[in-house]
Amino acid sequence: MIAVLLILIPLLAGLISFFLKSERAARSWALFSSLAALAVAIIAVTANGNESNLAFRADWMGALNSSFSIRMDGLGKLLCLLNAVAFPIIFLGTWHTQYTKAANFFGLMLLTQAGMMGVFLAMDALLFYFFWELALIPAYFLCSQWGGPKRIQVTFKFFIYTFIGSLLMLVGLLYIYYHTPDRSFDIKSFYAIQHHITGNEQTWLFWLLFVAFAIKMPIFPFHTWQPDTYEQAPTSTTMVLSGVMVKMGVFGLLRWLIPVLPAASWAWGDTVSWMAVIGMLYASLIAIRQDDLKRLVAYSSIAHIGLMCVTVFSVNEIGMQGVIIQMFNHGVNIIGLWIVVELIERQFGTRKISELGGIAQKAPAMAILFVVIALANIALPLTNAFVGEFLMFTGIFNSAVTKYNVWFTVLAGLCIILAAVYTLNMIRKVFYGNTVERTANAIDIGLMEKLALGIIVVLIFWIGIYSQPFFAISDTVSADITNSILNKQEVLPVIKK
Amino acid sequence: MNALLLSAILGVMMMFSSVLISQKSAARTIAIAGMLLLLIANIMDMQGIHFFRINTEGMMHFDRFALLFNSIAIFSILLYFILSSKDMEKVGGYYSEYFSLIFFILCGIILVTSFKSLLILFLGIEIISIPLYILTGAEKKNLRSNEASLKYFLLGAFSTGLMLMGIALIYGATATFNTTQLTVSEKPGVLMITGMILLLFSMSFKVSAAPFHFWTPDVYDGAPTVFTAFMATIVKVGVFIGFIRLFDESFGMLKPQWQIWVALITAATLFIGNITAVFQQSVKRMLAYSSIAQAGFMLLAVYAMNSEAKEGLLLYSAAYCLATIGIFSVLIKMTDYTFDAFNGLAKKEPIVAATLAIFLLSLAGIPLTVGFMAKFYMLEAAIATGKHLWLVIFAVLMAAVSVYYYFRVIQAMYFKDGQPNPMQISPSFKWTLVVLAGLIVLLGIFPNLLLNWFYF
Repeated sequence: MIAVLLILIPLLAGLISFFLKSERAARSWALFSSLAALAVAIIAVTANGNESNLAFRADWMGALNSSFSIRMDGLGKLLCLLNAVAFPIIFLGTWHTQYTKAANFFGLMLLTQAGMMGVFLAMDALLFYFFWELALIPAYFLCSQWGGPKRIQVTFKFFIYTFIGSLLMLVGLLYIYYHTPDRSFDIKSFYAIQHHITGNEQTWLFWLLFVAFAIKMPIFPFHTWQPDTYEQAPTSTTMVLSGVMVKMGVFGLLRWLIPVLPAASWAWGDTVSWMAVIGMLYASLIAIRQDDLKRLVAYSSIAHIGLMCVTVFSVNEIGMQGVIIQMFNHGVNIIGLWIVVELIERQFGTRKISELGGIAQKAPAMAILFVVIALANIALPLTNAFVGEFLMFTGIFNSAVTKYNVWFTVLAGLCIILAAVYTLNMIRKVFYGNTVERTANAIDIGLMEKLALGIIVVLIFWIGIYSQPFFAISDTVSADITNSILNKQEVLPVIKK
Repeated sequence: MNALLLSAILGVMMMFSSVLISQKSAARTIAIAGMLLLLIANIMDMQGIHFFRINTEGMMHFDRFALLFNSIAIFSILLYFILSSKDMEKVGGYYSEYFSLIFFILCGIILVTSFKSLLILFLGIEIISIPLYILTGAEKKNLRSNEASLKYFLLGAFSTGLMLMGIALIYGATATFNTTQLTVSEKPGVLMITGMILLLFSMSFKVSAAPFHFWTPDVYDGAPTVFTAFMATIVKVGVFIGFIRLFDESFGMLKPQWQIWVALITAATLFIGNITAVFQQSVKRMLAYSSIAQAGFMLLAVYAMNSEAKEGLLLYSAAYCLATIGIFSVLIKMTDYTFDAFNGLAKKEPIVAATLAIFLLSLAGIPLTVGFMAKFYMLEAAIATGKHLWLVIFAVLMAAVSVYYYFRVIQAMYFKDGQPNPMQISPSFKWTLVVLAGLIVLLGIFPNLLLNWFYF
């Protein structure tokens, strides 16, 4: 039942929010309900040995053999936790940002949260598809209504892009459904499909599904919607998109692609990894040249997600562990970065690095918190991202399924160095040096923002220093996913050659 | 059977009522009450309560499929009457005659959905078409309406000619009109194949499938909007039911022969409908092309021709009718049919805009609306055939294109500023829209509420 609550709380809270009159009420209501969801998520994650509470199944579409079946496994736990942690932080961090028609804004935000919860929990392919789309619709309205000047065209591009991906995925899911022996959308039937289709079918099914996930993550060359959308969307929505929603893509790989089509994932892994590595280098190089803070963070996000994709397709248990924990870390860290970008933009009216400078002199608290988060973004030891990226690099380097493991490690490692270049450069130009006209009268951040950034910093150090509790949540899952490929009788001999 | 006779009686009654009753609201009330009566009668028919005992063997067969579709059609007309019948007053002076023509068209639809003999199919198509020519030209002083009517009549007569020719050839080959006795051998002769192709073309014409669609935009655009709403929805899906029935019962055994033809027609229809709709500046014309595009999706059912396809077509017809009737009912209230006329509607009429958004999302096939489930069934049916997968992928790409033009209306309503001037919108109209939108969402989550009727 707990798992149902995770979807139900934001869903109902979002619907109620549409009827609230004042802005203040809507804002408080959103914070309150997101905290309630967080409380439930924490209970769910810490409920060891009481797994029956974390699953729920009800009849839905009997004729199609699809049921409302949700369950929280280790992967789902960590991502639901991320989803639940993200929203209170976002609401706190943007507490003083004004929105027209705030009730609608917060209502749509909460509906997005409900949709994403469903994606992470669904154990039925049709249900998964439903939630996958449902998370998108409110995000579309959020970006188109409250975004920047070019919002309508840009958001539309984003929507069409992801919609094409989803529809191709739907065709793939339907094809698999039609070939399951018991004609069912249940995840167990999907995991057994590999014995009922040929390798050729696996190949193009792989691409049908992969394109949907690749667009969501995004992976080069499907990334072109992303910088524009991140730039034009209202920043709190950008936080949702980059903090949680892109994880839907990685999550899709882990749950609905690799275990379902292991042979094709193994066969095409190198191709996909090369795409991701090219994207990482490309995005990192572009990020160095960016003058707009939002675009800089957007490109850095492409690079980070690319690394996750490479690791996923290097299929190594340690690497998988790293991906899962890094999804959580990346979500938390990037929300921190966006909060600071939002604060800077609100106070100084610009996001251009060249028009800013010396903020640290006037706003030391913001500077300190931001530097910690930025260092986490480049995976310095003691921070959470170090743990994740270290594991991921170990995984790529020791990968048994690819012969390019050294290449991938070196090239991806290069991106970490480039990340340090653009991140530190940005810190230097924005926070240090002499103040300019705009920043001469800067004031420091308030309590709410301190609280939001403070929580993020605490999480950064907690996972960076003592990450064992988080690993404990997801270790069985990463082993399962890895084994889904490596234990295949038909695949293993080929790999060993 | 119940609905067929009652609707004929009601049609005649409405025709003469204009002599006795001059009040327009009275005529409207009679029409709505009559439609409600038809709905009840038809549902009773489904439950096995028949008012009339007439032997129709060899001519008509009222099976579950036909009856359920008739219920959907009658229900849609009922909603259409409630939403838009007031706007028929503006078309011309023959108010109750319009209702009587619609009742006659319903008779035609019932014939087309439950024919067992090719003659009945022909009769049904004609009974549908002739009143439609009149309705298209109902705005007598409007040149465009006249032009549309003439165009529709000429092309419609031509396609009817093709159909008759086809039926004659088939009769020549088999010496029977009975649909179930037509194909006996897997190796048909030239007469049979030619007849079948002619029937395929004429049916494609009636459902405006490409390349037989050229009349559609002009006729839909020229006809009075309130009647476009009717002919683009209920009439079109009614003919579709006849289409699938014909090819299932009569030519089922010849599927290998015609399947590739239908696949090509489907692809062409999807392509032309969707791509042309993108470039339209008027919402009404966009909806005309969208109806071609949606016909392309429904053709997938004819192409697949399996049990999923039949279920799916029922769901699709409900989804398409409900959403399109809703959109047209709002469009009629607008003084200007361009996209820009919708700018800022969300601020002025939030409820109307929200329901309109749901209708558009449903047509675009977004989950949680019945439009998604309908498309889902179509794709499932097409995948179940196991071949021509390119068609399925092409169809979803075209569905993605359709998002472009449907969302233009949503963008105008929600994200652009403007001063829309809709005509007077009454609270009861709004509430009907809300009910309609609720129905679309409800069926989107539980499509079995409708489909269970197919079996029980």
